[in-house]
Amino acid sequence: MASKSICLYFQVHQPTRLRLYRFFDIGKDSHYYDDFANRTILRRIAQKCYLPMNAQLLQLIQANKGKFKVAFSISGSALEQFQRFAPDVIDSFRALAETGCVEFLCETYYHSLASLASESEFTHQVLKHKKAVEDLFGVTPTAFRNTELIYSNAIGEMVYGLGFKTMLTEGARHIMGWQSPNFVYGCDTQPKLHLLLRNYGLSDDIAFRFSNQGWDMYPLTAEKYLAWVKDSARNDDIVNLFMDYETFGEHQSASSGIFDFMKALPEAVISDGTFSFVTPSEATKKYKPVADLDVPDPISWADEERDITAWLGNELQQEAFNKVYAMTEKLSIVGDPDLWEDFGHLQESDHLYYMCTKFFSDGEVHKYFNPYDTPYEAFINYMNVLSDFQIRLDEKRAALDVKEAAVREVEAAPVKKKPAARKTPVKKK
Amino acid sequence: MFGWEFPPHIAGGLGTACEGIVKGLAYNGVETLFVMPSASGDEDQSATTIINASDVAVDTVSETVEEYLDKVKFIHIGTNMVPYADPEEFSRLVDEDRKRQVKDFSISYGQKYKFSGKYGANLMEEVARYAMVGGTIALQRKDEFDVIHAHDWLTYYAGIAAKELTGKPLVIHVHATSFDRGSVDNIDTRVFAIEKKGMMMADRVVTVSNLTRNIVINRYGIDPGKVVTVHNAVDFSGRENLVVERGVKEKVVTFLGRITYQKGPEYFIEAAAKVLKRTKNVRFVMAGSGDMMNRCIRHAARLGISDRFHFTGFLRGADVQKMFALSDVYIMPSISEPFGISPLEAMRTGVPSIISKQSGAAEVLKYAFKVDFWDVDAMADEIYALLNYPALADFSARAGFDEVNALKWNGATAKLKQVYESVVK
Repeated sequence: MASKSICLYFQVHQPTRLRLYRFFDIGKDSHYYDDFANRTILRRIAQKCYLPMNAQLLQLIQANKGKFKVAFSISGSALEQFQRFAPDVIDSFRALAETGCVEFLCETYYHSLASLASESEFTHQVLKHKKAVEDLFGVTPTAFRNTELIYSNAIGEMVYGLGFKTMLTEGARHIMGWQSPNFVYGCDTQPKLHLLLRNYGLSDDIAFRFSNQGWDMYPLTAEKYLAWVKDSARNDDIVNLFMDYETFGEHQSASSGIFDFMKALPEAVISDGTFSFVTPSEATKKYKPVADLDVPDPISWADEERDITAWLGNELQQEAFNKVYAMTEKLSIVGDPDLWEDFGHLQESDHLYYMCTKFFSDGEVHKYFNPYDTPYEAFINYMNVLSDFQIRLDEKRAALDVKEAAVREVEAAPVKKKPAARKTPVKKK
Repeated sequence: MFGWEFPPHIAGGLGTACEGIVKGLAYNGVETLFVMPSASGDEDQSATTIINASDVAVDTVSETVEEYLDKVKFIHIGTNMVPYADPEEFSRLVDEDRKRQVKDFSISYGQKYKFSGKYGANLMEEVARYAMVGGTIALQRKDEFDVIHAHDWLTYYAGIAAKELTGKPLVIHVHATSFDRGSVDNIDTRVFAIEKKGMMMADRVVTVSNLTRNIVINRYGIDPGKVVTVHNAVDFSGRENLVVERGVKEKVVTFLGRITYQKGPEYFIEAAAKVLKRTKNVRFVMAGSGDMMNRCIRHAARLGISDRFHFTGFLRGADVQKMFALSDVYIMPSISEPFGISPLEAMRTGVPSIISKQSGAAEVLKYAFKVDFWDVDAMADEIYALLNYPALADFSARAGFDEVNALKWNGATAKLKQVYESVVK
C-alpha cells in the first residue's frame, strides 16, 4: 500500500422543498411540502447523476479489486425521498455498500443546523440517521460529517461523545493559516477525535471549475489532475477530496466529460502508485494527527467566508432559526410523531439558505440552488408554515393539559388509589 | 371626463373613484363621456360612455397642424432635458425641437397610438400623447359636452388641451398630489410641474379632502377661492359580505395597501411589537406590496415578531375581501393620505378601523379611531383596546358600518354638479 492517500467523499442531499404556503392557509392546511417539485427534481437528478454514477462507481470498484474506495454521506431527507420517489437509487447504493469498499458516514438526519442550536436535538438526529443507515445499508457508520461540514471545538466534543472517532470538515484558510490540510489533525478540546480536512482547491477543481471553459486550466484530464494532487501532497499524507455528489451529471453535465474523467482517475492514481484510496475511517487509522486544531467559532465549506453566514448571516435567518428551535421544549413535552417529523423537515438548513442575502460574492451559487425569487419570499413562506406548525403544537399541548386535568380530578377523588405516575412533565404557565 | 383607468382593470383607487363619480353623476342627471387611454371593452358603461383613446387617431377637424400645435405647445413628447446649454445653443435646440415636433406630429398625424394605460417607464410619453388624443376627441365631440373634468395629473394635459381647443371650462380633480407620493424634499419635479400647470389652468380644482385642499393652496399656490373639497364616497352596491372560515384562532390586525413610505408601514410594525409585548392572542398582517416591503420584512424579523407578523404579498379581487373578512382591526397609519378608501371598505365589512389623522378619510369618519401616524404608543393602545374590550369593538363595528353606508357618491356628486354649474356660463 502506498504511503500517501486520497480520500474521496461525496455528499448526497435533497431538501424537502416547501410549497407556496400563504397566510390564508395557516390553521387550515398542514401539508407543507411541494411533493410535485420534490419528486420531479429527485427523479431528474436520479436519472442524470445518482443512477449512472453509482453504476460507474460499482464498475470501477469491481474492476480495481478493492483498490478504489469512496465514502458517502446521504442525508435522511434524501433517503426518504429515494424511498418514496426512486427506490432503485437505494438499491444501487446498497450494491455499493456490499462491495465493502464504500464507507457510509453519519450526519444529522435532516441536514440541519441542530449542532448550533440544541445538543439534545442534535443527538436525536445523529442517532436517527445512524439507525437509518444501518437499516438500509447494513453498515454502522463510524465517521461523522456535520451539515455543510460545519465544525467547531464544541461540536467536535459532542460528536466524540456520540461515539465517533473521525470527523470531516473544511480546511478553511483562516483556521489553517500556514498549515496544510493534507494531514490528519486532532480536535483541540477533544484530541481523541481525529479530523479530516477538505482540500478545497483540488475539490473545487472538480466540483466547480471542471466544465468552465474560461478557466486557464481547461480542460481537466486525469493525468493533469493527478500531477496537481502529487504536487499538493509532496510532503504530506493525505488529500481529502470532498464534494457534492450531484457534481457528477447535475452540476457538471455528462457532456462536459465529467464521467469519463472520473472513470480515468482511479486507474491513473492506482497505476501511478504514489497514492492509495482510503475511506475516512481508514485514514484516521492509517495516520496519526500532526497537531490539534483550535476552532472556537463554527466553520463550514460554504462560500468564500467558510463560516455559517450563508444560513445565519442576516436577521431573517436568525429570526427563523430562533423561532424554530424555541419550540424544542414544548415538542418534547407533547411527543407527537407527526409533529416531530415536520419539525425535522422544517429544520433543514436549505430553508435558511434560501433566505441568504449575500448576493454579491456567491450569489450565483445561491441562486442555482434556490426555488424562490427573493430571500424575502423564502422567509415569508417559511414563517407562514412555521406559524401553522406552532398552532398545531399549541393545540396538542392544550389537549394534553385537559387530559392531565382529568387525571388530576380522578386522583383527587376520595377513592384510595396509588396515583398514576405522570408520563410527561407539566409546564407551568 | 378624462381618466386613466376604470374598473375592472385597475391598479389603484383612482379607477374605482371614477366609476363611483360617473355613476353618481348619472344619478344626479349629469351625462358623462369618459375618456381613458386603454379601455378593454369590459367596463360597465351603464352610467357613462367610454371612449378608448387608443382607438382615436390624432386628427383635427377644423384647424391646421400649426394652429393645433400652437394651442397644445406646452406638451412635449419624450424627454428632452438638456443640461448646461448656453443661450444660443439652447435656442437652437428649442428651434430644432420645434421642427422635430412638427415633423413627428405630421408623421403621427392620422395615426392611432396604442396606449398601455399602465404606469410604466414611458409614462411621461403616454401622458403627452394622451393629451394630443384628448384634444382631438374634445374637438370631435365639441357639441356634446359643457365641462371638461380631468382626474389626477396623468390627465391634466389632456384637460388643458381640450380647454385650449374648445374653450370649455376645465375642472381638475386632485385625488393625490406629489407630496403624498414622496416626502416634501423628495418629489418628482416633472409631475409637480404638470400638477401646478393643471391647477393654474383650471377653472375649478376639486380636492378629495380638506387635507389635500390645504396642500393645493399652500404648496401649489392656488387661489383658495377656486379650490373645492368634495369628499370621496364608496359604492357598495352588489357587495355581499363574504363568509370566510378562519384558520387562525387569534385576532387579526390588518394593514392593506401599497407598502410605501407614504403609507407609514413601519409605524404599524412598531405598534405591533408593542401590542405583542402585552398579549399573544393576536396576529398582524401586512397585505400588499411596494418598495418598502423588503425593508419591512427585515424590520419585523429584527424585532423578533415574524411568527406573529405576516406578509401576504399583493392581493387582488376576492382575496382583498377575504382579508377584510378575516380581520378584527384594520389600520391605516398613512403619513399623508389624500383620502384613503380602504378603511371605508374595512368598516363596511364590520371591521373597526384605526386611521391616521393625516388622512382625508379622518375628516369624514366619525367612528374610526384616529391617531397621529407617528404616535405608535397611541396606535398600540387602540389596537389593544379593540382586541380586548369586546364592547368597544362591537360598538365601533356597528356604528362604523352604518356610517360608511351613508357615505354615498350620490351625495358627493351632487356637490360636484354644483361645481360644474358654477363654471358653465
